Amino acid sequence: MNPVEAALVWLNDPLNWTNPGGILDRLGEHLSMSAAAVALGCLVAWPIGLWLGHTGRGGGLVVLVANITLAVPTLALLTILPLTFLGFGRPAVVVALAVFAVPPLLANAYTGVRQADPEARDAARGMGFSGWQLLRRVELPLAVPYLAAGFRTASVQVVATAALASFVNGGGLGQIIRAGFGLDIAAGGGQILAGGVLVAGLAVLVELVLALVERLVTPRPLRPVRRRAARRAADAVAGG
Amino acid sequence: MSFRLSYRADPGNPWFSWQYVRDNSDTILAAVREHASLTVRAVLIAALVALPLAVAAYWFRRLAGPILALTGVLYTIPSLALFAFLAPYLGIGAITVLSVVVLYALLVIVRNAIAGLNQVPPEVREAAEGMGYGRWGRLFRIELPLALPGILTGLRLATVSTVALVTVGVVIGRGGLGQLIFAGFQNNFYKAQIMTGTLLCVLLALVLDLLIAGVGRLVAPWLRRGRAA
Repeated sequence: MNPVEAALVWLNDPLNWTNPGGILDRLGEHLSMSAAAVALGCLVAWPIGLWLGHTGRGGGLVVLVANITLAVPTLALLTILPLTFLGFGRPAVVVALAVFAVPPLLANAYTGVRQADPEARDAARGMGFSGWQLLRRVELPLAVPYLAAGFRTASVQVVATAALASFVNGGGLGQIIRAGFGLDIAAGGGQILAGGVLVAGLAVLVELVLALVERLVTPRPLRPVRRRAARRAADAVAGG
Repeated sequence: MSFRLSYRADPGNPWFSWQYVRDNSDTILAAVREHASLTVRAVLIAALVALPLAVAAYWFRRLAGPILALTGVLYTIPSLALFAFLAPYLGIGAITVLSVVVLYALLVIVRNAIAGLNQVPPEVREAAEGMGYGRWGRLFRIELPLALPGILTGLRLATVSTVALVTVGVVIGRGGLGQLIFAGFQNNFYKAQIMTGTLLCVLLALVLDLLIAGVGRLVAPWLRRGRAA
């Protein structure tokens, strides 16, 4: 039986879905820890990014954060954090994943505020807006497309990275792949492949759904530049 | 809870220990060597494939859309899933790790190289054409040199992320320094081993990054001023 057939057989077994530790359990774990990590990332990165963008300082810091997190292996964070005060279990995994959500969120929030039309900013100042009002009523709405693009990038990345939580028995769909490798390549090939399809499918699905959400939350007048905005922000993340 | 506190206070498990590094220098060096060789090979192979692809996308505009879309989709696929796709066919070994990291490096280099090529000002292209440059002459003498900043950025990003990505290879037992980190976690959470592996990983990424930046300065001295990486 070749690996593809074995994977189909494995996926067709209803018990593999409903057993404790089966696909449905793992999917729930995967989604809940990803959601927690993205929420935590937003909580930390958005206020900082918006504020840095508003004051116009700290562009170097944003790039620095992106570069540093690029160089730190996920595996290192996943193994180090449980040994700190966070302790073993879900919190450590969520924090580790959130670290990787921060750079795209931060860079997009920063870029989003910076790219606001200087004329709109001047006009608001001329109308007597305070700094806070300016941020809240002019810069923030104009930054929405960027925030949405950052949210999508971060979410997809977290969902992808969450598969690695299985290295430290953190749960999630990656656990299925790990279990397959634990069996042996000949016996577990089908399960490995099936796990890979599930993990990849989830990542692509999240990407597509959030692309739709991104489109919906972007106000119509800002839509034509959306594509360019997303790409520019992606460049900012890449440090380019 | 008491378990957690008890091992945290354990003086026998420090975050870093020279003693450990001295006693295990052979293992550590072997891991560094494997990690570095995997990274360098991966980036070289990726660059050799990516640059022609980028040039193809630049010359034939109709190819640019599909190439960018394909790289985008591939980039969405988690690394562990890619391992899962390839391992049943390529088996357990360095070749599987190499294939996975080459794919990711490829995407980064292609995207940045296309961006770099597209940044070549149209006036320059027209001037070159007016001076009688053919397609290939223009590419090698004008467009590629002008696209070097983009290409170099791509190479550096690809190198740094490849160093981090190789650690995922522990899933098939070929993770280079990741092997060290993971073994530390399994050996009763031996922090010194985990930390040594992590620091060496970051250091390796930094050294390779600076190396490429240095080579870039040598081959393209005109980039030296006014360019922030």
